[in-house]
Amino acid sequence: MKDPDRPIAGGAGGAADATVAVARPPVAHSRGWVRMLESERMLATLLLAPTVLLLGTFIAYPFIMGVWLSLSDTSVGNIGHFVGIKNFLKAWNDSIFQTAFKNTFFYTFWATIFKLALGMWLALLLNRSFRGKRIVRASMLLPFIIPTVLSTFAWRWMFDPTFSVLNWLLYQTGFIVTKVPFLSDGTYGMWCAIVVNTWRGMPFFAITLLAGLQTISPDLQEAASLDGANGWKRFWHVTWPLLKPVTIVVVVFSIIQTFSDFQLIYVLTGGGPANSTHLIATYAYQVGVATGLLGEGAAISLFMLPVLFIVVWAQLRYLRRLEGA
Amino acid sequence: MDRSNQASPTRRGLGRRRFLQTAGAAAVVAGGLEGILAARRAPAFAQGTKLHWVRWVDFIPESDVELKRQMPEASKALGAEVTLETINANDLQPRITAAVQSGSGADIFNFQYNWAHLYQNAVVDVSDVASEVAKAEGGFYDVWAPSCQVGGKWLSVPHSIVGNAIAYRKSWLKEAGASSFPKTWEETHKLFTTLKKKGKPYGQTLGHTFGDAPTFTYTMLWAFGGAETDKTGKKVVINSKGALDSVTFMQRFWKDACDEGGLAWDDTNNNRAFHAGELSATLNGASIYLVAKRQKEKIKDDKGEPLWQDIDHSPLPAGPAGSYLLFLNQSHAVMKYGKNQKLAKDLLRWVHKKENYGKWFDTQEGYSVGSTKTWENHPMWGRLDEPLKMFRTAARNTRLFGFAGPSTAKATEAFTKYIVTDMYAKAVQGMKAEDAVKWAEAELKKIYEA
Repeated sequence: MKDPDRPIAGGAGGAADATVAVARPPVAHSRGWVRMLESERMLATLLLAPTVLLLGTFIAYPFIMGVWLSLSDTSVGNIGHFVGIKNFLKAWNDSIFQTAFKNTFFYTFWATIFKLALGMWLALLLNRSFRGKRIVRASMLLPFIIPTVLSTFAWRWMFDPTFSVLNWLLYQTGFIVTKVPFLSDGTYGMWCAIVVNTWRGMPFFAITLLAGLQTISPDLQEAASLDGANGWKRFWHVTWPLLKPVTIVVVVFSIIQTFSDFQLIYVLTGGGPANSTHLIATYAYQVGVATGLLGEGAAISLFMLPVLFIVVWAQLRYLRRLEGA
Repeated sequence: MDRSNQASPTRRGLGRRRFLQTAGAAAVVAGGLEGILAARRAPAFAQGTKLHWVRWVDFIPESDVELKRQMPEASKALGAEVTLETINANDLQPRITAAVQSGSGADIFNFQYNWAHLYQNAVVDVSDVASEVAKAEGGFYDVWAPSCQVGGKWLSVPHSIVGNAIAYRKSWLKEAGASSFPKTWEETHKLFTTLKKKGKPYGQTLGHTFGDAPTFTYTMLWAFGGAETDKTGKKVVINSKGALDSVTFMQRFWKDACDEGGLAWDDTNNNRAFHAGELSATLNGASIYLVAKRQKEKIKDDKGEPLWQDIDHSPLPAGPAGSYLLFLNQSHAVMKYGKNQKLAKDLLRWVHKKENYGKWFDTQEGYSVGSTKTWENHPMWGRLDEPLKMFRTAARNTRLFGFAGPSTAKATEAFTKYIVTDMYAKAVQGMKAEDAVKWAEAELKKIYEA
């Protein structure tokens, strides 16, 4: 490579010793900078630095801090000391944590199943041509774009133990004679949370699966029809295999989000009644932030890590296998 | 000629090298960065001293209005810009934790109960302010020292105590044959069993909420002779006959006499349900009465008359071991990370000046009592309705959680984890009383005996 600052030999027809002066940069010391940036490695480092800094500040640092806190007896206003895995053992033997742990799996499992089933059904419906298709598609996203806290407050009002509009409706239509304890019974409370999560998360499934459906060539469906395949067979043998990669990705994202859900439970039930709807995230918040036992709270929240790690690992493995196929 | 090797001036102008040169020069010229770096400090802006005070959202909205009205006066008196922020009481602790850990946030926080113990390393000694207030007003009520003093130092300045009592519908009780509120829990059970059958149950939250749930459940435990710990505070004694009797009683009382939706209530649900005519009685501060009176055009009884006329108050009934109270006390702490600690103390001094505190106290109309007996003699009490007068001396005899031991940070931890409340909540949801008590014992041992 030519040195850009060296005088360039004269052009054709010019005297051999004639030179053309190229204007020098105004700041002499900037020459060193520019030379350094000529190095691909240096430039790459510089360009990547902001991203690394952001990831380091907002992901790596909090994560490492969280790990340190979980291994210490830090409480609010008190610098902690290393206590090994004491906080993890304490959490594991804590009956409220055990309830929260089981609840998290139950909540994630059923909410994901419902979101997938209803999201798929909705996507298949929206993939058809009908009048007002665009409006329906846009309005379907409403639950997803309304802030979770706001929509959950609305649901909380609908499930209110005293003034529930749903109870009123069921009573007026003769379906019930006494109030349904939507949020005042642990089992009902958990199912209410699953319903709200499904309502909120279904559009994400539907819109993503719809995008996947639209990449499937209609020719394949036509060919299957000509071969005599009915609707179910066309779905099972044509649509589903082609939609599976998108479905896997969307399910994994949903599992991660649902497993670490906080806002919805915090607003809807606060983990009650009697801890029966606590999830790992809400219990970690109660212990770590509300009670101020930051070490114990961090340990509780870190119980989510191995589960989510396995989910992400399985997804990556599956995607890699697809790439290889 | 191969023109591809000849970059046009335009292309050359957009090249990487030129871009970097231009951008670097522009930064130096436009930013004046060298000057700032040479000065080694941020550019100076015109700025006054600011003071940030966080309190709960008062159940008497007029009191928050009055405090906010006072802030410009306080700002003028202190020569600083004072901002009062009110937040949901259930969010106070998360907010304090976040502020302490990040080392930034409000200069003064509203503490409740004995939080001074929990946050003792995050707040400054305010003994000077507390002593001045106590001296000027003849000494604090007994409940304040164990609430706000740690190691002999005042870590938060006592402000006020929210008394509680059972608000009840006079006419409904009369219809059920009771001329006044029952004196014992057994009589209460009998009366409200009749009322629940008429669709007029007793209302009580057993949810995860700071006020109405623990002020009921702790006192229920004490009324039957139960306690969290022994006098040392190091031995859990909840697995006792008294505690078991209280839980067994609660199971009956809940099923026969209470609105079972209370498991999901926060501190506001019983107010709304009472005003809507859904409850015949509920444990609360004076806010049910006060709001019903202030909104008499809106809040009416089943006959269309203003509801407040049909409300009276009663102290908690007695159990076999007596009748005890747990009131919500409110104090203020100056945070250690704050840059204007002296100013923050001065604000508290200003707030506690008789003329300023008195104006706020006046708007409370008995919902809160003062931190000292002086306020029992305030002229406001003379003009209050009879049902509110019982709150005047209410703060003289109130316990704190942690009983029979001292109310330490461990007691706050047990309180914040709602262990006593959940003991009752689990039992009324079907868990055997013995198992519920054993569960609470195991959870309390992890806190007090660890």
